[in-house]
Amino acid sequence: MANDPIHQFQIQNIFPIEVGGMDFSFTNSSLFMVLTVAATSAFLIFSTSGRGLVPSRLQSVSEMAYEFVAGTLRSAAGTDGMRFFPLVFSLFMFVLVANLFGMFPYFFTITSHIIVTFALAMLVILTVIVYGFMRNGMSFLKLFVPSGVPAFLIPLVTLIEVISFLSRPISLSVRLFANMLAGHITLKVFSGFIVSLSAMGAVGVFGAIIPLGMTVALTALEFLVAFLQAYVFTVLTCMYLNDAIHPTH
Amino acid sequence: MSSQNGDKEDRTVGTLEAGLSERRAQLNRKLDDRRVVEEKAARKSTSSSSGYAQAMKLSSEFIAGVLVGAGIGWVADQWLGTSPFGLIVFLLLGFVAGILNVLRSAGVVEHPDPRNQPDTDVQNDRPD
Repeated sequence: MANDPIHQFQIQNIFPIEVGGMDFSFTNSSLFMVLTVAATSAFLIFSTSGRGLVPSRLQSVSEMAYEFVAGTLRSAAGTDGMRFFPLVFSLFMFVLVANLFGMFPYFFTITSHIIVTFALAMLVILTVIVYGFMRNGMSFLKLFVPSGVPAFLIPLVTLIEVISFLSRPISLSVRLFANMLAGHITLKVFSGFIVSLSAMGAVGVFGAIIPLGMTVALTALEFLVAFLQAYVFTVLTCMYLNDAIHPTH
Repeated sequence: MSSQNGDKEDRTVGTLEAGLSERRAQLNRKLDDRRVVEEKAARKSTSSSSGYAQAMKLSSEFIAGVLVGAGIGWVADQWLGTSPFGLIVFLLLGFVAGILNVLRSAGVVEHPDPRNQPDTDVQNDRPD
């Protein structure tokens, strides 16, 4: 059904692959992930191939992206954090381009599926945990024991801190996924109103102006959200990486 | 202003320097005041312009805390056969953790990593 606001999130098999009874099919989601990575890499390679001392327009766009992520990472995690720059920059570009791809009509929004955003969030959190233990050893656990707490409260507070830490990948993934999902559904519902109203004759066509205005405004808002959520994801990644590098309270 | 210039030339170098440092202190004070005002304005504008984003952020933080608490409680019940007490206790703890997340991301409670608070940087960055 053309008017179904959920239809756009359906996964469709493009060509089925089955290995050992498990479904590894190449779906429209996989297709858009590949497209996102390909478009990002192609853009970055192409725009920086000139290596001009005075950047061309495209080169300055990629330089701005670099400076932006580097600045965010450096301010959140210090110069030590710059070793994670490749990870953080890849995450930022992937989420940003995936969000923006979703803004094309008939395109699939991969970040509107919680499993995709959760995989990204788990990548971040596992990096934090593994690197935190590698660098700090057992003193990484100090992250869970706030200083200046009375001794008899420490077990309770530590338990709460651990739950709070474990909730990070969930809040990170839910935020990105919920924003994209809600935005795209709202957009679809309002544009659906235009179609069904204008089918009701002259009065309906006149009345359809209101949802049309809303759709235009929401499209602008969605572009803002696409940027904002990529940014928020990056900032939080940097903050969590900072915990791995400087775990003391 | 030009009439004061004549007076200034008569003054000794010492008083001139004292005047300069006084003026510098005054300028610093003014700049500090302005910075406070600007920061407050910036904070206000970011919080009001993206209220939707703020709402999303806070609710996801809270929901994540509760979900993780409930999940841990449920798993503990499955393993230890303590149903339903694990769920009850950990759901409440998850609730607390969710509130803590919300307060932290709203900036009400100090974040555990000191780098977020430039004011307390000096005290907290002590190696221990």
